[in-house]
Amino acid sequence: MRAPARWLPFLAALLAALLALGALPARAIDPTQLNDPQLEARYLALTHEFRCPVCQNETLADSGEQVAGEVRAQIRKMLLEGRTDDQIRQYLVSRYSEFILFKPEYSLRNAWLWLLPVVLLAIGIFVAARIIRARAALVGKDDAEVEDEIPAGPRHGTPG
Amino acid sequence: MKGQGMGEQRVARQGAAGRRAAAGGATQYEHGAAAPADQEHGAAEPAAASAKPRFNRFIIPLAAFLGIAAVLAVGIINSRSVGVIQSPLIGKPAPAWSLPVLDGGGRTFGSKDLAGKWYVLNVWGSWCYACKDEHEELLKISRSSSVPLIGIDWNDDDAQARNYLANLGNPYRMVTTDHDGHVVIDWGVYGAPETFLVNPEGMVVYKQTGAMTPEVWEKEFASRLPAALADRGS
Amino acid sequence: MLPELGHFALILAMLLALLQAFFGIAGPAMGRDRWVSATMSAVAGQLVMVATAVGCLVMSFVDFDFSVRYVAENSNSALPLFYRIAALWGAHEGSLLLWILLLACWTAVVAIATQRLPRRFVARVLGVLGFLSFGFLLFTLVTSNPFLRLEPPAPDGIDLNPLLQDPGLASHPPVLYTGYVGLAVAFSFACAAMLEGRADPIWARWTRPWATAAWAFLTCGITLGSWWSYYTLGWGGYWAWDPVENASFMPWLVGTALIHSLAVTDKRGLFKSWTLLLSVLGFSLSLIGTFLVRSGVLVSVHSFAADPSRGTAILIFLILAIGGALALYAWRAPTLRSTAGFELAARESFLLFNNILLVIAAATVFGGTLAPLIAEALGQGALSVGAPYFRPTFLLPILPLLALLSIGIHASWKRGHLGERTRAILATLAIALALALAVVLGVYAGRHCLAVVGLTLGGWIILSSLIDPIDRMRRRLSLPRSILGMTLAHIGLGVAVIALSIVEPYTVERDIALGNGESARVGAYDFKLIGTREVEGPNYSAVRAEVVISRNGHVVTTLLPEKREYWVRKQVGTVAGIKNEYGTDLFVALGDDLGAGRWSLRAQIRPMITLLWLGPVLMAFGGFYALTDRRYRLARAAESVPAGAAGPAGAANERMA
Repeated sequence: MRAPARWLPFLAALLAALLALGALPARAIDPTQLNDPQLEARYLALTHEFRCPVCQNETLADSGEQVAGEVRAQIRKMLLEGRTDDQIRQYLVSRYSEFILFKPEYSLRNAWLWLLPVVLLAIGIFVAARIIRARAALVGKDDAEVEDEIPAGPRHGTPG
Repeated sequence: MKGQGMGEQRVARQGAAGRRAAAGGATQYEHGAAAPADQEHGAAEPAAASAKPRFNRFIIPLAAFLGIAAVLAVGIINSRSVGVIQSPLIGKPAPAWSLPVLDGGGRTFGSKDLAGKWYVLNVWGSWCYACKDEHEELLKISRSSSVPLIGIDWNDDDAQARNYLANLGNPYRMVTTDHDGHVVIDWGVYGAPETFLVNPEGMVVYKQTGAMTPEVWEKEFASRLPAALADRGS
Repeated sequence: MLPELGHFALILAMLLALLQAFFGIAGPAMGRDRWVSATMSAVAGQLVMVATAVGCLVMSFVDFDFSVRYVAENSNSALPLFYRIAALWGAHEGSLLLWILLLACWTAVVAIATQRLPRRFVARVLGVLGFLSFGFLLFTLVTSNPFLRLEPPAPDGIDLNPLLQDPGLASHPPVLYTGYVGLAVAFSFACAAMLEGRADPIWARWTRPWATAAWAFLTCGITLGSWWSYYTLGWGGYWAWDPVENASFMPWLVGTALIHSLAVTDKRGLFKSWTLLLSVLGFSLSLIGTFLVRSGVLVSVHSFAADPSRGTAILIFLILAIGGALALYAWRAPTLRSTAGFELAARESFLLFNNILLVIAAATVFGGTLAPLIAEALGQGALSVGAPYFRPTFLLPILPLLALLSIGIHASWKRGHLGERTRAILATLAIALALALAVVLGVYAGRHCLAVVGLTLGGWIILSSLIDPIDRMRRRLSLPRSILGMTLAHIGLGVAVIALSIVEPYTVERDIALGNGESARVGAYDFKLIGTREVEGPNYSAVRAEVVISRNGHVVTTLLPEKREYWVRKQVGTVAGIKNEYGTDLFVALGDDLGAGRWSLRAQIRPMITLLWLGPVLMAFGGFYALTDRRYRLARAAESVPAGAAGPAGAANERMA
């Protein structure tokens, strides 16, 4: 009797893995609405602010996963109870850790991340200033005019 | 392969110098010797450098890259746990909860009934593949250990849950049902199965994300339980 | 038979790549001209072998050969022919083969199109490319062989990922990879220049067309991906700052800086070591992007199936290739000097600002993308970074960049002469600002400060870019293709900025629940669900909804969004219904069956989104057009340099001849 086909367990495992992971990002189109437009606006803003805890890199608003729907329901409940946005954030972070936020918190720990572009900009300005100062000083010594793509005209007054 | 490349570079340098001497013309490599006649317009001094040797700032990109490579390497080492959320509940009080019992006729069960006791909370569903994988292990645990194993049947159909337990066995001391997930979210659960260990003071001591295995049980759960509970011994 | 042939061809290709690398580097180094010429044969041989391997795999797909594991994983007996071929790059192994094929193609084109360049230099370029090919081929053969067999063969395949069964996504990887891989050419030119120890900047002139071509392909590839995301993923988003998206965006940002820096080095011999560094950096980011996508270290929608052992292998390759190039840089860069000067308001200054700001933007995106890894490496626990971080930090360097573009475009080399252009600069700014305010207040009746800023900047860029060409035409001067190409590319950028300034703040999006015959108001339009019915495709069954959209009582269009279930993988895919109304998209996607004939739908009104695709297309077109410039038809190279020019170009050309 031949050994069972070797591809079987492999394909089965792959299928199982795909199904278990829900490999396709499931879409969430969730028309449930809160009646109060202000609450609704806060709800939309909040659900776009959080990461779906189980999906790969989707917002809570966009995710079709079961958990995401349940967390959205929880947020609606909390909004109706009158909790503030910060309280809701605090609730979710205390259960799902900072992973659930798309926006890194403004904390000392994350300071390097938020300050990175500002620091780089400062360094950039400093470097640019140094280079330009050095090069501007050389302009006089450098007599040759630059071969320009723009042919001679009153604008440049360079020799032809 | 790369070693060969580096070797060629050394040969290249010698070769270039040799060719310059031979050809006497086309300048390939500025070595502090007579300035080449193209860009420098006859000026012998390089624009901004001084003659004395100083820190080669051009090594910075290489150093930065090696630092990044180190971070990436650490990333690979940790990549098995990408997407697994480290539970912030560990070391914190477990949430108070109360849910209807499966086939309990309206009876509820919850943290009040478990106050002052060690217990293991397992979130599962009949729809969940990995739960089937760990079911065997849960049955073994329920037989070998006397710590209460409480199940929360998440987002499930009661009839299907009943069938599941009837067919595969019921390891749970008590099975409760959470249809809309409000309790489960309180525990920071984002998938099934997940298993928690709670101590008599009501603190969450450990959380297992994914299927329970004998190794994890021994290392993380049984090791923390008092001996009397971990092993029935009978 | 075919898979064995393909496998064998791949092994031969790897050996030929190794020879190509060896002859290309050792030949010039040791002065062996026979080896230098042998490099060409190795290039040709490698291309033939790689093409053979790819051909074998494609035929295996076309012939439903499910004994090949990769075919079984990505195809199915019901898969249409077009997608059977596109399945080649449907997963990790095949997409690597695509990389290798494109690298071999670019290498061959370089070998053919550089007839007039010094043979030894070209050999070095081909040698470095050969080293890169060798690395990829070795990695593929050892860890990701697409020709592995299943014994016995599977009875049927598990079908191509439904997401990829779409013409947009089928074409996205080849175009994108052409750009990614094209940056390797600039990388190789830089390495060759460093290996040779060249002090003169002529290599920058040679590199320019290659960098521009790669950049243009990358622009197209990223835009295709973004467009595809928009109409296929069902929630109408086009950019999520996802790690994989960032992985393609960073090389693009650096590539843009590179083409500008090359212009300065070519024209004035300045920024030589910086341009070398950028050339290395561009492709390095491509490589790092490849790593991020395939190693599983980051959380992303788009990554291939993760495998840490593959990640390790890629990382080793990265360290050798990038580390090697950067070591070369550390060795050679200190010797590169120039004494050219320029004033504060000169074109060089503005290009310096351009480079600095683009690199800051790339570094910020890089930091944000890698932040979760860095936090973990430092033992800090989870850090999650998404759009709320990237948006403000990206705008910080980019907004000044856009403004400086409109000013700098008037500056001439070395002395700037901006004083003569002040009127034009201010006039264009004023017109752009006026138009922006008119649009925001008049058309959209919404006060969004960033929209005004964006519209002004975008409009200013377009107007400024037009001044010089119009001036030339008025004075009956020639308009070289490179200038026209540059103008078109800048205008394209302006168009894209305008599009973003309108789409982002003024999109209306609502999730609605409708039953048959019910309608809902979204923005200025009414969406009415007529009904749904079941349809069948070649390998899927679907529910198709009929949605009528009207405005003020007049029917504008009928859309047919679908929700498909693919039989084999049991995955659900969506096809949104989109209608373009004078540049605005009316978008509707089908959601879930809510029971009793009610369905949830996502409706979006996306104003001016067509410009969001047109802008980058124009940019890429401008890039390609600039490549057809006279100076790249090298037959005329000697004549186009003015006789008495004391500039570097003249001397270098004479030395070359």
